[in-house]
Amino acid sequence: MKTTHSKLAEKFIADEPRTDWHDETLWFVREKRDKAAHGLPEWEQLREWASQIKNHTLSNLSDYLKEFEEKAKANGIIVHWAENGAEHNKIIHGIIQRHKIQKIVKSKSMLTEECHLNEYLQQYNIEVVDTDLGERIVQFRKEPPSHIVLPAIHLKKEDVSATFHEHLGTEKGNNDPQYLTEAARQHLRDKFVQSELAITGVNFAVAETGGFVVCTNEGNADMGAHTAAIHIACMGFEKIIPKAEHLGVFLRLLARSATGQPITTYSSHFQKPRPGQEMHIVIVDNGRSKQLSREDFRNSLKCIRCAACFNTCPVYRRSGGHSYHTAVAGPIGSILNPNLDMKANADLPFASTLCGSCTNVCPVKINIHEQLWKWRQVIAAEGYTDATKKIGMNAMAFLFSKPSLYRFAGKWGRWMMRIFPFVTNNKLNIWYKQREMPESPKESFRDWYLKNGKINRN
Amino acid sequence: MSARENILNAIATNQPSLVPLPVIERNAVIDYEDRYAQFKTVLESIGGKVKLIQNLTELKKQFIADKASGNFVINAVADLGELDNQVASMQASDMEKVEKTYIKATLGVAENGAVWVYESQMQNRLLPFICQHLIIVIDKKDIVATMHQAYESIDVAKEGFGAFIAGPSKTADIEQSLVIGAHGARSATVYVVE
Amino acid sequence: MKVALFIPCYIDQFYPQVGIATLQLLEKLGCDVSFPLEQSCCGQPMANSGFASLSKGCDINFVKNFSGFDYIVAPSGSCVLHIKEHLKAELHLEEVSRIRNNIYELSEFLTDVLKVKKLNARFPFKVGLHNSCHGQRGLHLSSMTETMLPAFSKPEQLLNMVKDIQLSNPKRNDECCGFGGTFCVFEEAVSVKMGKDRVEEHDANSVDYITGGDTSCLMHLEGILKRQGSKVKIIHIAEILNSSL
Repeated sequence: MKTTHSKLAEKFIADEPRTDWHDETLWFVREKRDKAAHGLPEWEQLREWASQIKNHTLSNLSDYLKEFEEKAKANGIIVHWAENGAEHNKIIHGIIQRHKIQKIVKSKSMLTEECHLNEYLQQYNIEVVDTDLGERIVQFRKEPPSHIVLPAIHLKKEDVSATFHEHLGTEKGNNDPQYLTEAARQHLRDKFVQSELAITGVNFAVAETGGFVVCTNEGNADMGAHTAAIHIACMGFEKIIPKAEHLGVFLRLLARSATGQPITTYSSHFQKPRPGQEMHIVIVDNGRSKQLSREDFRNSLKCIRCAACFNTCPVYRRSGGHSYHTAVAGPIGSILNPNLDMKANADLPFASTLCGSCTNVCPVKINIHEQLWKWRQVIAAEGYTDATKKIGMNAMAFLFSKPSLYRFAGKWGRWMMRIFPFVTNNKLNIWYKQREMPESPKESFRDWYLKNGKINRN
Repeated sequence: MSARENILNAIATNQPSLVPLPVIERNAVIDYEDRYAQFKTVLESIGGKVKLIQNLTELKKQFIADKASGNFVINAVADLGELDNQVASMQASDMEKVEKTYIKATLGVAENGAVWVYESQMQNRLLPFICQHLIIVIDKKDIVATMHQAYESIDVAKEGFGAFIAGPSKTADIEQSLVIGAHGARSATVYVVE
Repeated sequence: MKVALFIPCYIDQFYPQVGIATLQLLEKLGCDVSFPLEQSCCGQPMANSGFASLSKGCDINFVKNFSGFDYIVAPSGSCVLHIKEHLKAELHLEEVSRIRNNIYELSEFLTDVLKVKKLNARFPFKVGLHNSCHGQRGLHLSSMTETMLPAFSKPEQLLNMVKDIQLSNPKRNDECCGFGGTFCVFEEAVSVKMGKDRVEEHDANSVDYITGGDTSCLMHLEGILKRQGSKVKIIHIAEILNSSL
């Protein structure tokens, strides 16, 4: 049977204390975001500027990419283009082979997760060491990240301690985050110093300068990129922005939205390779130009991957990132992934109550919850919803469009519920599993109105 | 056709019609009465240390003591003493042992406690990241209110590399518990010269 | 002022008292209220499940029933939002746009159209307000914690006019309850967990009642409360505003 969000979520929630902990932890991040946003009276204006800059960029994207390429080349950067994940992986593999590279470090890049780069390279016995602490933890555990900013947020310190004890020989049962982080620091310093090739993501690429910006708190992107003889930066083509001055807008929003920090510790601006270094950029499409063609959904390409929509989402907080069974989880993932594979991800736009909180926190004003609604229409029209749901909806539509039939069914239903409550209070009734049914009154409002409406008016 | 042409053509076909760029109104953006005070408050809240000094005399003394202590100390601030130029060509395996680094920053940003450092001010791109402890010197007059002013003052394309650095490296990847000292410097102290 | 009363289907069938309170309240406040007898459902359950294409019959029926009034008022933010955003009927474009503009959720109708300043209501209980997402974020019935805009709340404004009421807010004042239409069955585990968490926060305030502007959310919370054997009851805001205990 197909893996769906609801099934995986049910499994996650089965451990209720852990679910509560997950929910509280992410809510805490959301609250930090609120506090940071309150610190700037111009917050809503900043979001509007960011949104408009991104709208403009999408409307002139091909020219900006050409401009970026030209400037980047002039800066001595080698530019590659990949139509899909497979091409992206091949390009990187090619560079590795050409230089006979053994030691590779990678800082966080959701794009490489999306393209499954690590798994691809593993086939050739090439090991990539993820250097972001959270990513290293999940890499040891052979799990995907569950959050695009906080990859190991589904794990407790006991889990990390056990994993590090197994892989790094840390003291058994020592759960102190300080101690565990120090162990990872020592372990990864060795990897950095020996690294021959560093892979990083890109947070922003600037058309006007041909340079790009990578943001981290840990310093792992810099440790790798400034050590290795080769640096490959991978970017989805939507990472482009027109000018350097626009970085001012985006860097003010990014960390505040993501973790509530005023800015990430390091915002590194790569312009040229250092002497003797080889610097590559891989610009990837992988479905993005298709998404650009979808008028209702192209807006999702404005995303700057801050994950504010994850942290605020009441569903994400209670179901965990893995329940979304995709590289990018959460509300934004639920509007990006159906574009990549509609059938496999048909469940995701339904993994939401459409509460709209995601749209409110989005620093670039993506109308996420409206797009979730629209994806539902597309998915139903393409026939990717459950057959039972479709039958039910058809029946409901028929019933409601015939008022007298609706009234008959309502009366009959209420009567059945009163006389034979077991008709609805049974195992087949999903509502009833953890909730009581509403009591069924003798008469509907309409019945009452016909009897009393007039009296009432006098 | 190459991947490049395919992608660019697909984008050109699918992109919406042109909409204008917004005007970023500078007077719609926050300013602080005391930019230094704001800078200090924010930087200290994210794990950095800030010290206001009248001139470099005190810091020079500390620097000399540091050098004499036998620790591996690298200086990239001309006003403090001799520059350790050799670091420019040093390998990571050697730089790994750097205990402390002194660098000069171009400016500080009041809203977020970050400082901008050009590659030329680092001597070696890796230095401010790989050292254990980072000392940064800025002039008080060079603290600007927000990132907007910061980008007006710097030219990101002038050199091969540059970075905003805001405090020591940190992570909260284990249960959201903040730990200072992830992969980069374990401490960052900014000396602000009046 | 000719006001049409729109009573959503599940209120009609399961919570007639909410419809009655709404009607009585509007009449007390001097409105000439009609209840179009052939109304059924707004079509939201289908549309939110991806089958907006199937709600044509509902849309046409809605237009038939609700054309020609000054205002349409319903005690449900969610259904109102659906009509505002998604009502379609190609042959009745003018009526559709009129309906979309003239339909109001009960509390915003009271604060914005009738501009109610006082109510002759008394409700001597401890009450927790549940802000339903579609009313709050969709219809802007109150400010939202995510946005950095001045705080306000139309439902609270009204509840504060009720004598002897003790109003309390849960810790997370605008977190979704997890009802979400068909979400409540297709994502049962998450839906119930969300509901339990809402109930717990209201419990922490020792409320007697949880109120709100959307009976669907309240029905979901009620189902959980009853299963837990809780003494906390649910009550629609119309019932409180209409009460004269």
